[in-house]
Amino acid sequence: MLFTSYEFLAFLAVVFLLYYILPRKAQWILLLVASYVFYWLAKPTYLIFILTTTVTVYFATMWIQKKKDRFEEAFQQKKKELDRDARKALKEQERKREVRIMVGCLLLNLGILAVLKYTNFAIHNVNSVLHLFGGKELPFVNLILPMGISFYTFQSMGYLIDVYRGAYRAEKNPLKLALFVSFFPQLVQGPISRFNDLARSLFEEHRFEITTVSRGLQRILWGYFKKLVVADRIVIAVNTIIQNPETYSGGYVFIGMMFYAFELYADFTGGIDITIGIAQTLGIEVTENFRRPFLSKNIKEYWNRWHITMGSWFTDYIFYPISVCKPMLKLNKKAKKWFGDAIGKRVPVYLSSFVVWFATGIWHGASWNFIVWGLGNFVVIMISQELEPCYQWFHSKVKIKGNPVYECFQIIRTILLMSCLRTFDCYRDVPLTFKMFGAMFTDFKISHFSGASFLGLGLSGGDYLILFMALCLMFAVSLWQEKKGSVRETVARKKLPVRFAVWYGLLIIILVFGAYGHGYSASQFIYNQF
Amino acid sequence: MDDLLSILSDLHPDVDFTTEENLMDDGILDSFDIVSIISEIGDVFDVIIGANEITPENFNSAEALYALIEKKMDEE
Repeated sequence: MLFTSYEFLAFLAVVFLLYYILPRKAQWILLLVASYVFYWLAKPTYLIFILTTTVTVYFATMWIQKKKDRFEEAFQQKKKELDRDARKALKEQERKREVRIMVGCLLLNLGILAVLKYTNFAIHNVNSVLHLFGGKELPFVNLILPMGISFYTFQSMGYLIDVYRGAYRAEKNPLKLALFVSFFPQLVQGPISRFNDLARSLFEEHRFEITTVSRGLQRILWGYFKKLVVADRIVIAVNTIIQNPETYSGGYVFIGMMFYAFELYADFTGGIDITIGIAQTLGIEVTENFRRPFLSKNIKEYWNRWHITMGSWFTDYIFYPISVCKPMLKLNKKAKKWFGDAIGKRVPVYLSSFVVWFATGIWHGASWNFIVWGLGNFVVIMISQELEPCYQWFHSKVKIKGNPVYECFQIIRTILLMSCLRTFDCYRDVPLTFKMFGAMFTDFKISHFSGASFLGLGLSGGDYLILFMALCLMFAVSLWQEKKGSVRETVARKKLPVRFAVWYGLLIIILVFGAYGHGYSASQFIYNQF
Repeated sequence: MDDLLSILSDLHPDVDFTTEENLMDDGILDSFDIVSIISEIGDVFDVIIGANEITPENFNSAEALYALIEKKMDEE
């Protein structure tokens, strides 16, 4: 059931009505039922996987919590009799026991994700090697990939690790944990929430408040605008270019690259707007996942603004644990001894970043394209990190920091850099991506940017006009949010006719110009199958 | 405390670490800085700060970080 389908809107209307009609104590139970119905409607067999994750995480976290409580009680009684070393040894012994439970649960769940998502990718790679030696190729296996599995697995694993770390206590009620794992608006494409951020508003009772509900509906409307008016329109031109690399080379690659950047942004942020908006109509606060990434001045800033919850997940649960673990600190000391302080101190950061970006790449999809894309990000970030002293020297000599023209240059440079890396999402394999990227310069013809060329990409002049206006509107909204704050709050302060014109105007634009209904096949959100 | 301030100032000479109270929340210290700081703290104070202790509460100010180091030294 796509967010853009009529069925979903009907489903949402029923959930919304029941949510505010039923006794408030039952609200979270209704959401649990709705989430499981939503998942069941996608495919009943998916339920097996989400239930397995929920049940294993529940028992593992309860087990860890019980051990923690028992240990703490015993430790408080014993600690006065023990010296410092004995206390340390006792704590370490307990930590190892808890680690075993956590790692067992992690391996089981990440194992399920790995088998379902990466088995055919592994077979493909084995076959490539076998092919070189003339061996018999292995057959591919037919596996299902449950909707949103990467998202709910990561969210659950974050919860498991947090309970192990003692960041908060394990949730005693298995049904509440089940809702945290399966909450339907964010099941499809995130954000990857933390339990302590989401739990309070997810389980507490909510009154119907017109302001909250209307803000939520406005956010939903904005999400549909991005998805239906922009993403699902521009995708036609993007597909024409990337699916026909022989025909659309040279300047077309650049057009495809930039169009894909707009498509991905409108698609993913539109989906997240719908998710956050739905949650808001129910009185639930979901973590923001984007902070106007296309206004970033460098790639590091971009990754602090794009898919924020995924980035912080990788930082907290992969980057830090690897870079500050004991073996890494030992390696760091040795590296400092061998290569000197300047190089040695980079070792943990570089190694951990490499692992994080490899994992980020493969998390996005089981193909070398995504791995190369991830490692491309790693290389660019490391280079910019190394060039930092040069930037500082340059800025000490040339006083252009803060200059609006220079800031525009930085923003455009970041957009172009990220768009270049994203071409790996577009073409079917890595060699073709490199070939097409090269062709952008070698086959470049100015005629590729003519009106006739654009009209040959499957969109009409009217479509381009709508896209241009819509992108200008999105840019203006981003700029307003960046400089002045919430657009919805600003509109809310205006008089009734203005508010009416803005929101009903947006609704009419979506109804008239949205790519839906007869003759259109609404695309699935790009992040649905991640 | 002086040793810690020296570690921090080496990374960001332009920041006044005696007054700054949002080092992590405001992005003054990024993840690369934090790893370097933990490594240096390990060398200078001989304490290991775990990944679970990398939180804004512990890293938002030099004072909070020093309190964590003292706590770890006491524990260990």
